[in-house]
Amino acid sequence: MNWFQRTKESIADGTTKKELPNVWIKCDHCGEILYKKELEKNLNVCLKCSHHFRVNAKTYIQLILDENSFKPVNKDMLSEDPLEFTDTKKYSDRLRTTIEKTGLKDAIQTGLGLIDGRVTALAVMDFGFIGGSMGSVVGEKISRVTDLAIQNRVPLIIVSASGGARMMEGALSLMQLAKTSAKLSIMHREGLPFISVLTDPTTGGVTASFAMLGDINLAEPGALIGFAGPRVIKEATGKDLPPGFQRAEFLVDHGFVDLIVQRSELKKTISRLLSFMEANTNKNLDLSQIRV
Amino acid sequence: MPVTLDFEKPIEELEKRISEMESMATNVDLSNEVSALQKKLEELKKDIYGNLTPWQKVQLARHPERPRSLDYIERLCPGFVELHGDRLFGDDHAIVAGMGKLEDREIMIIGQQKGKDTKSHLYRNFGMPNPEGYRKAMRLMNLAAKFKRPILTFLDTPGAYPGIEAEERGQAEAIARNLLVMAQLPVPVVCVIIGEGASGGALGIGVGDRLLMMENTWYSVIAPESCSSILWRSWEHKEKAAAALKLTPEDLLRLKIIDEIVKEPLGGANRDYEAATVFVKEAILRNFSELEDLSSDALINQRIEKYSLMGHWSGGDH
Repeated sequence: MNWFQRTKESIADGTTKKELPNVWIKCDHCGEILYKKELEKNLNVCLKCSHHFRVNAKTYIQLILDENSFKPVNKDMLSEDPLEFTDTKKYSDRLRTTIEKTGLKDAIQTGLGLIDGRVTALAVMDFGFIGGSMGSVVGEKISRVTDLAIQNRVPLIIVSASGGARMMEGALSLMQLAKTSAKLSIMHREGLPFISVLTDPTTGGVTASFAMLGDINLAEPGALIGFAGPRVIKEATGKDLPPGFQRAEFLVDHGFVDLIVQRSELKKTISRLLSFMEANTNKNLDLSQIRV
Repeated sequence: MPVTLDFEKPIEELEKRISEMESMATNVDLSNEVSALQKKLEELKKDIYGNLTPWQKVQLARHPERPRSLDYIERLCPGFVELHGDRLFGDDHAIVAGMGKLEDREIMIIGQQKGKDTKSHLYRNFGMPNPEGYRKAMRLMNLAAKFKRPILTFLDTPGAYPGIEAEERGQAEAIARNLLVMAQLPVPVVCVIIGEGASGGALGIGVGDRLLMMENTWYSVIAPESCSSILWRSWEHKEKAAAALKLTPEDLLRLKIIDEIVKEPLGGANRDYEAATVFVKEAILRNFSELEDLSSDALINQRIEKYSLMGHWSGGDH
């Protein structure tokens, strides 16, 4: 009479989970126990199943740009609390503790650098800062780095990782969608290349603005990419979501992402694409001569 | 039977008392009492509608009898020619679009369209556009640009549709593309929020030279209920969320996101469609005439500059 007993393991509640010593890490995707140092050496891509772990902005900057070529701009720009927003805590407190905890100023870093010797404007988001949400600072920094790309006639790369617009700045966050897209419309008019790199996750207002507007949209394998979140869609439609829904591969199948790129191939791929799109760019720039 | 919102109950009760008294007045003279009550009613209305909380504004913006895009369009532009389809996939009934003549101006009108009863709610998908709606809008905005006609958009949506097919057809791309295209339109664009302005779904037809907001409407990055469910982990804090989001026309004027608040008849546009149309029409015509002498370049530059200034931050290199 064991037909009513569970044959499968019960859903883990987290209490029985043994803490791994922090030199080891378990892959969320295949369950493989990985040696942390080896994982890092492999660009935080699982050695067994190629699952791409989330990494921070600093890692992408090092990965994409030539060594020590990054010249950050507006790095001291800080969010304010224009709405005096309070939910279960004050937004101003949330900002302060997040800055202390992460050592970041906000959810994005921007600047100029070199990709195989080519001067390029770069913006990289950090999911670790309030879910990579876009408020005034993210919008303004993208807007300014786009200006910089236009002034110097260089390509722009944006690496996205974001849950969407930041609720705590209300409509001001929403306006950053319009602001960043408006700036990109000038890039487009000027014939300058813009490559959007979508990483896990890229959803909401970030997808509904700059992240989907690349001349080329690249995505990392398995990245969640969408407008509405999966939970919201499930609630609104009452339907089960198809397998692989809103993953990078799904976006390629439906025609919204050009190419899925392994992290180890990211720089090489971007560099290759920029060569094709260099027609209207200034190719004889010396990074050390540009005042930022 | 008109719909009464919870905070309108005292008004409804007083109105009932007045009409009861009036029906008794065939036997006794109650005209003094009636006019006293009517005076009281006017004061009560001014008091209630003049001090609406943000959540009450949200309720009025969603009022089931509120005029929809087509109600304004047929009053503003008799002989409106509705055009359909995105030439790619289909026709979205949550966005209406077409050519109209506003006094002596030929304009392109694009509006999010909600229904009024079960059947029309379903037909209009509750005013939640799919990607083909945004792409229809883009196609017709480009058409207007080609023939140098100004564009008027009406925003009224609880959000872009969060559906499986909407994602498959690129809801995010459709909205994003509109933001980019609207920034570069070489003709005047006036946008009016006539009901709900929910997030990217509203913004997808809401980038323009002027953004006007009717008195009893809301505009924000998220609906108060969803905000409550994410930040408070419960739907019950919607009133608090509505206040925290600063989503009223007065807040947004102060934050320099909108250009103007359009007056509504006392008690809301739902009480008097004709009066609401008069206010909207005056504001639209005035804004178009302010914009019509600008060159295409000046329009585009000013529009992009306007959005560049939006936001609050400190620090930075400049």
